[in-house]
Amino acid sequence: MTAVLLAGLQKRFGDGDHAVHALDGIDLELATGEFVSLIGPSGCGKSTLLRVVADLEQPTSGSVLVGGKTPHQARLDQDYGIAFQQAGLLEWRNVVENVELPLHVHGVDKAERRARAAELLELVGLEEFAGSRPSELSGGMQQRVAIARALAPSPRLLLMDEPFGALDEMTRERMQAELLRIARETEAAVLFVTHSIPEAVVLSDRVVVMSPRPGRITEIVKGERPGADADVDDVRESSAFFTAITTVREALRKGHP
Amino acid sequence: MTRAVPGAPGVDAGPRRGPRGFGNVWPPVAFGAGLLVLWELVVRLARVPAFLLPTPSAIAEQVVAQFTVILSTAAVTGGNAIVGLVAGFVAGVALALLAAGSRIFGELATPVVLAASAVPIVALAPVFTTMFGSATEIPRRLVVTVVVTVPVFVATARGLRQVQPVHAELMTALAATPWQHARFVRLPGAVPYIMTGLRLAAPASVIASIVAEYFGGLQNGLGSRITAAAASTAYARAWAFVAASIALGLLFHLAGLLVERLVTRGRTA
Amino acid sequence: MVGRARTVGAAVVAFALLVVLWELAKLVLPGDGVLVGDTRILPRTDDSAMPHVWTVLGRLAEPEVAGAADARTVGAAVASGALFSLALALGGLVLGGVLGMVLALAMQRFALLERAALPYVVASQTVPLIAIAPLVVGWGGKIAIMGWAWQPWASVMVISSYLAFFPIAVGMLRGLNAPAKADVELFRTLAAGWWTTLLRLRLPSSVPFLLPAVRLAAAAAVVGAIVAEISTGTRGGIGRLIIEYARSATGDPSRLYTAILGAAVLGLVAAGAVGLLDLGLRRYRGSVR
Repeated sequence: MTAVLLAGLQKRFGDGDHAVHALDGIDLELATGEFVSLIGPSGCGKSTLLRVVADLEQPTSGSVLVGGKTPHQARLDQDYGIAFQQAGLLEWRNVVENVELPLHVHGVDKAERRARAAELLELVGLEEFAGSRPSELSGGMQQRVAIARALAPSPRLLLMDEPFGALDEMTRERMQAELLRIARETEAAVLFVTHSIPEAVVLSDRVVVMSPRPGRITEIVKGERPGADADVDDVRESSAFFTAITTVREALRKGHP
Repeated sequence: MTRAVPGAPGVDAGPRRGPRGFGNVWPPVAFGAGLLVLWELVVRLARVPAFLLPTPSAIAEQVVAQFTVILSTAAVTGGNAIVGLVAGFVAGVALALLAAGSRIFGELATPVVLAASAVPIVALAPVFTTMFGSATEIPRRLVVTVVVTVPVFVATARGLRQVQPVHAELMTALAATPWQHARFVRLPGAVPYIMTGLRLAAPASVIASIVAEYFGGLQNGLGSRITAAAASTAYARAWAFVAASIALGLLFHLAGLLVERLVTRGRTA
Repeated sequence: MVGRARTVGAAVVAFALLVVLWELAKLVLPGDGVLVGDTRILPRTDDSAMPHVWTVLGRLAEPEVAGAADARTVGAAVASGALFSLALALGGLVLGGVLGMVLALAMQRFALLERAALPYVVASQTVPLIAIAPLVVGWGGKIAIMGWAWQPWASVMVISSYLAFFPIAVGMLRGLNAPAKADVELFRTLAAGWWTTLLRLRLPSSVPFLLPAVRLAAAAAVVGAIVAEISTGTRGGIGRLIIEYARSATGDPSRLYTAILGAAVLGLVAAGAVGLLDLGLRRYRGSVR
């Protein structure tokens, strides 16, 4: 069973002369538990691709399967969790209530969702902030709450649209390590959109490099995602890491002369 | 980048300031005290006739002398304002919810409410008096209700429209129904706007309540006392009732502010 | 364009529905209203309280006083009253607006003045200033300024301007203080003086704040004019007409409604005038950087 299967995917916005060809001939398969990053310049359609998987956009043509279902069915069944660049927490709910939101929407009873939210807050290391207001948290902490929220329905797939884009470099590296641990513990597949080459390389099993107008996959580079017993910081200093960065950079240049 | 334009229904109370320190308190206090002293001196020294402006001390004297009358008339005017405020608040929020829920209703209700915001609603007082009789408080309360409904509707409707795109997408991703979208995001998100509408409407309810009295009907409120005192050339007494009206207006303003703060505390936006 | 036509159409339908609702209430509800105890919770709907819409409209064309031979029609009386009040309200709006802008400029220039006076200006928006209307009225015929005897209509205009003054002062000040710190600092680095900064930065960026304030002030000026006319007994205005017609409303109810209609149109015309101003200043609206 694959987590995501895209075949011949096309996406156009508008029609006639003003049509924007956002995605063209995308074929991609995401295995169960696999971590795949989408990287490319602005306008290459990487966010659109993720949004098509999330059923937030409809493809113009081609087939999309999420865990063997249509994206629409996968959304209704809550088979995926999603995190955006903005944490998008509801400011009138405290941290634990924000994490519970997906379960609350789907009618899970209070005791059960509290227990699940407590687990998730422990997973993201925010158990002592359960009663805090979102506005009292730093940007990185808010993003961790958003990730915990995305994980609430125990999805097999996590969709992340530049979730660390607004964070400073130090926080960002810490969040990357956290995300690697979470992905390992939950065994969820992750589709991750980013602008950052090192981020894509250190997190991913595979880095998908895209080019703009029309958005196409130019190359798929093997990432340096560390195994269970490896240290992220060791990876960041390894020569394989730098080699992979160079490969991705050259692939980006090729697609964008 | 476009800037958010401050809006109807009212010009908001100036730029937001932090908690006032001691250094921020003295200028207005000194200004107010200075103004009172100046007023007293000018009126006394220039022998300004009382019909133009009585001295503050004469007004204060009348406030003391008329205190029980002031209390009972303020209770009538304030009571009408409260009843109308509550009714108008409920009506404004309910209409805005209906307008947000049904496109047709929204398109029909919006022009009526916008027209109402430009029209002198207090002029309806004599009409309501004809319809309900002059021996009851209902006409005035209705005037206040209509006056309050308008800003509350506008503020609530605006709040219900202001959904952050990221929240809308989140609710879509969570496969939430329109009702759940309203319950989890739109309505709670609109609360600060609704409360701003209430804060603006609270003093307006007092103003409407007083002005409605100028159009006839029962003669038992602050407004009719002002008219009566002015008509019998008791200017200082009239000003005493004006002072009471101002105090009542401020009381409603502060109460509205307090409710707004209590309901929206802990929020950033 | 389709959206615009739809908006206009919806407005027409909405007001037509109100008329239908009015007639329906007359048809369905009991003529003497509904009383619970001594309190009437539903209005009287007979012809003496809620005349038919067509009766009201027809009344506009009839003479003001029944039987008088050469009397003007109610429509003419209402129109001239509304015009008179409109002139006073607009006069008050201009007078109060100019004074409000001057105060705002002064407060922007002198920080101490802002700190001292602003709380009062803000508070003044929340207190019933209109309560003093019956008092200003007493000036009529009693004072003279440089040989010019104070006229009752001047009292009306003063009250109108008084009500228009405060929203404009507050809105203008917010607008003048609206430019981003970076923009103000840019002008500093350009060695621009206070006047240049005012003319090129602060005034243009105050427009989006000023317009809603003017809209509010115009509505307040209209209410002020009408209420002041009632208190002054100034003849010729729509406010006076409302009171006059209300007194005889038991015998001739539709006349009162024509006056109310006139007041409503007056408010809409004043709002429309502000709308024109809005149109003229459109390039500044929301284009603040």
